[in-house]
Amino acid sequence: MTTAPALDGKPRAAVDAAQVAVRSRGYWATVALRVRDDKVTIVCGIVLLLIILSAVFADLIALADPYKASMLKRLKPIGTPGYPLGADEMGRDMLTRLIYGGRLSLFMGISPIVIAFAIGGSLGLVAGFLGGRVNMLIMRVMDIFYAFPSVLLAVAISGALGAGIGNAIVSLTLVFIPPITRVTESVTTAVRSLDYVEAARASGAGSLTIIRVHILSNVLGPVFIYATSLISVSIILASGLSFLGLGTEPPEPEWGLMLNTLRQSIYVNPWVAALPGAMIFFTSLTFNLLSDGLRSAMDVRL
Amino acid sequence: MRPAPPPSLPRPSLGYMFDYVIRRVLYVIPIGLGVTILVFALVHMSPGDPLSAVVPPDAPEEMVQDLKKAYGFDRPLPVQYATWLGRVLTGDLGVSVARGREVAAELRIAVPNTFLLAVGGTLLGFTLGALFGGIAGYFQGSWIDKLATSFAITGVSVPHYWLGLVLVIIFSVEMNVLPSFGMGPGGSTAWRWDAEHLRHLVLPVVTLAVIPMGLITRTVRATVAEILNQEFVQALHAKGLLHRQVLWHVVRNAAPTTLAVMGLQLGYLLGGSILVETVFQWPGTGSLLNSAIFERDLPLLQGTILVLAMFFVLLNLLVDIVQSSIDPRMSRQ
Repeated sequence: MTTAPALDGKPRAAVDAAQVAVRSRGYWATVALRVRDDKVTIVCGIVLLLIILSAVFADLIALADPYKASMLKRLKPIGTPGYPLGADEMGRDMLTRLIYGGRLSLFMGISPIVIAFAIGGSLGLVAGFLGGRVNMLIMRVMDIFYAFPSVLLAVAISGALGAGIGNAIVSLTLVFIPPITRVTESVTTAVRSLDYVEAARASGAGSLTIIRVHILSNVLGPVFIYATSLISVSIILASGLSFLGLGTEPPEPEWGLMLNTLRQSIYVNPWVAALPGAMIFFTSLTFNLLSDGLRSAMDVRL
Repeated sequence: MRPAPPPSLPRPSLGYMFDYVIRRVLYVIPIGLGVTILVFALVHMSPGDPLSAVVPPDAPEEMVQDLKKAYGFDRPLPVQYATWLGRVLTGDLGVSVARGREVAAELRIAVPNTFLLAVGGTLLGFTLGALFGGIAGYFQGSWIDKLATSFAITGVSVPHYWLGLVLVIIFSVEMNVLPSFGMGPGGSTAWRWDAEHLRHLVLPVVTLAVIPMGLITRTVRATVAEILNQEFVQALHAKGLLHRQVLWHVVRNAAPTTLAVMGLQLGYLLGGSILVETVFQWPGTGSLLNSAIFERDLPLLQGTILVLAMFFVLLNLLVDIVQSSIDPRMSRQ
């Protein structure tokens, strides 16, 4: 090979070798390297893992019983001996209830996104791949859901269905199906017309093979990133429904519901009343930052 | 020296624009019909008897049947829908079951109050967001950019109903400088431009402004950064334009996207202020929805959701038309 100088003065062979070295690193290895250099994402991942683990293993961590009320201990301030984060309006230990509260709040926030990812992703894939009338039908129905602001739609559906965890999850799922369908459809439509998909079709690959091998691998990543960015909104909305009295019912520990019942006590012990909301905020913030970090690590543009 | 028009904005013919606007306006009809079907279905999906709010459980069966007939609940659903739609189109939203007053009359009081909050929140959020986003985009990568960006992500991650509560704790409970609930003294439901009413407006408007602020900061930052990196800006500098004149081009190019985000945010705040209205016990559509849900007042629920959704549809239309008229690139899609 000749070593004719390239434009930047380096011998061309060296440049080629460097490029080959970079290219030989796989996509996921590159993503992992980028995440490793991104301190914010790592910290958020760890914090989130701690929140989730403490909710899952609440039985092992929590020192008190989340349901045990005590008239004498009502609305103890933060820092009371035996009650590190105070006690709520029924005299129940706040720290314990905050740890337990993560169970329902996370479950009610994340499960609508998982279900909507499955349903909306499939609808968008079908609409984008088939195009034509099917696309028209699916996307126009989604347009109708888009005519409602998300909070209004969630409140309207769960208000009509009545309070309850199941109904809240159904209403939030319906809120998140349209945006996920829309993003999946637009990514699928873009991928479908790429040359190599045409080539696969020309060489005799069937529709299912094309979807499985060529389209899914290109669509799943961006849609997954988009769905993770919705988790923070979903957690805020899920707790918001409980805050309105439309989600969880007392005495279950859940951050939104705790915020609602403690609201009456803000003149007695204001900062204990603010704690459950702080948990919603931190969880939502870490999900948002983590999703942003993953998006730039996976180099997804939506 | 007059600034030349940015080269990236070729003007399409007026006829093309006109076509786009007509098509966009006509598309409101099927969407509007879809919305009415969804709202109607929503209410009929709800469990229990639609009359349970007014009929005592021990009422004689005869009376229940008579009432059902009077409200038209005994007829098949498509007929009920057609009758309801016909009345809605003439502006008749029915009578609130729990309050015994016309739904339209209730909405005439509540909608302006919600509008006030939403417009106030959007304007404040827009002003702050444009400022932070503009500065952040202009000084990309600096500490001031990082500060504004983290401010923005905090704004979009905060549960606004909790933020409202925290503001009440700080300014009403601890400092005792602002009222914590209501729209005016003595449970006022009619807005007046006086000092007392304005004091009641501060906390809810600040609370509502946080989300639009975060979103607009992000949008403006991204748009300004993108425009500054485009060739035409370098060309303008090269032509010897003053800094101030180049800035004008940046503003002109960033405006359409920013205005679109702002318009949509106004719609989201209009329809989504129920949580904040609940925190501050504001006498708007949020409190109507709240009582409609918990008193199982189906006509009120139906009417409020329908009106809010229609506002959102019309606002979307307005945003699209305004955006396409100030940014001709949009109407080509």
